[in-house]
Amino acid sequence: MLVEQIAVFVENKPGRLAAITKILADNKINIRALSVADTADFGILRLIVDNPQKAAKCLQDGGFTVVVTEVVAIEVEDRIGGLATVLGHLADAGVSVEYMYAFVNRSGENAIIISRFEHMDNAVKVLEGTGVKLVSKEQIYSM
Amino acid sequence: MDSQYWNDEIETMPRAGLESIQLIRLQKLVKRMYERVLPYREKMDAIGLRPEHIKSVGDLRLLPFTVKADLRDNYPFGLFATPMSEVVRIHASSGTTGKPTVVGYTRKDIDLWANIVARSLVTAGATKNDIVHNAYGYGLFTGGLGAHYGIEKLGAAVVPASGGNSRRQVTLLRDFGSTVLLSTPSYALNLADAMETVGIDPKKLSLRIGVFGAEPWSENMREEVEKKLNLKATDIYGLSEIMGPGVAQECQFSKRGMHIAEDHFLPEVINPETGEVLPEGEEGELVFTTLTKEAFPLIRYRTRDISRLYREPCACGRTLVRMAKVTGRTDDMLIIRGVNVFPSQVEHVLMGVEGVEPHYQIVVDRKGNLDTMTVEVEVSEQFFSDKVRRLESLGAGIKKEIKDYLGVTVTVKLVEPKSIQRSEGKAARVIDKRKLS
Repeated sequence: MLVEQIAVFVENKPGRLAAITKILADNKINIRALSVADTADFGILRLIVDNPQKAAKCLQDGGFTVVVTEVVAIEVEDRIGGLATVLGHLADAGVSVEYMYAFVNRSGENAIIISRFEHMDNAVKVLEGTGVKLVSKEQIYSM
Repeated sequence: MDSQYWNDEIETMPRAGLESIQLIRLQKLVKRMYERVLPYREKMDAIGLRPEHIKSVGDLRLLPFTVKADLRDNYPFGLFATPMSEVVRIHASSGTTGKPTVVGYTRKDIDLWANIVARSLVTAGATKNDIVHNAYGYGLFTGGLGAHYGIEKLGAAVVPASGGNSRRQVTLLRDFGSTVLLSTPSYALNLADAMETVGIDPKKLSLRIGVFGAEPWSENMREEVEKKLNLKATDIYGLSEIMGPGVAQECQFSKRGMHIAEDHFLPEVINPETGEVLPEGEEGELVFTTLTKEAFPLIRYRTRDISRLYREPCACGRTLVRMAKVTGRTDDMLIIRGVNVFPSQVEHVLMGVEGVEPHYQIVVDRKGNLDTMTVEVEVSEQFFSDKVRRLESLGAGIKKEIKDYLGVTVTVKLVEPKSIQRSEGKAARVIDKRKLS
């Protein structure tokens, strides 16, 4: 139940995000969600797109450093305490979160939380055990 | 009454007289080297040169050069011209690339050096009535002890402060009423900062002269030091291979060059590519021959410092040739906060880190009073991760490796692939932004 995410190394200088998104646009790749992790000197752009392999290749050809990693997409009810419940389960099981970012599914009322855990397999097991709804890659890519 | 000169006769001697002294000393030196220093004798034999072939000071150019590698090859004492029983002092450079450069002094050498430094201090305007705060590092480095003996020789009171503990140093400067400061120019600025922190007004101090050297510094920096410390800042030149501080010193009248103690150190400027001697006034690599040193004499030692020589009359009345402020170095060695760094060493460290591309660049700058060195490293796929923590720890790892290997703290900047300019042939690894005029 893992989803492919592409991560791109971005130097802190003007125009880099524009260059990346232009490459994606030129190759007709649709962005589902994104997050930028920034430090003093560089950033890591993380993207969920409709065709990760193609996106990774286009960006590599464009001179960017790219890695494809697997993340979990969790569907959370768009209500107060929705995320807290899920994170509560993970905390109880001692699973620690590397990073997460969210977007709202345009067709539904639910939010999708993209999450990266320290131990992915263990996290998925815990999540599945709690009955939380995980979104498959097919679903994500075709949203 | 204090004299304007330390040694009037020599310092104001007409050229002809000076050259005849130089020739006598040069001939004696070449003979000694030929007889006592086997590696140099072999160099002379290889080109069929004998001591008796040196008939004028101009014949100096017939003699083979000595380079830093000769010193390393004969580590530690192989080029000494006296038995070790005659040697009373040994100094050494920081040897981050393998072996340090070792230099030795006889009792007479130490006395000569003290005289040369005393001459420098007088040239800068100091007298025996001064209280001299010596903040050059004491130890293997020639700066501290070299200056120390010269200050005593002059008869001034020396405060052997050495480096470090700036707050304490500024308190001493105030309490002792020191009138002359000896340090690196960057340390002088640190002392100015420390005065501000402690709340000491430099205008209320008695400092009047600064003798600054051991690192390149610009005219802008001179202005800043003079303004902040309320003194007249002069430049001193020296290198341990030749003797240490005192090889050349700016006089109090001219800020356009340092008078070389050419009765002891015979200067030339050469084209670093061809080795050809350049006419006076042209810029090139400085080469020195030590005319009078006993333990560790050198013939035509290539300093790799870029400068030029000129003889226009000086307001101070000295006839000694002057050398311009050193504007750069012929090799790629960087001096970062007093530590010698070669780009090849940085490369060595980087190449030991898995996933690092052989594309890197070193950017050297000066922020405030401190040299900064940034190593830009291209991030490869192997090296990259979607986790910030991992990338940051990789950067920190490189930083630590460089610190351990070179002893210099650097900033590691991760950059995008291909963002470092590629060049045909020899890569431009270093961008030195320190503005030196």
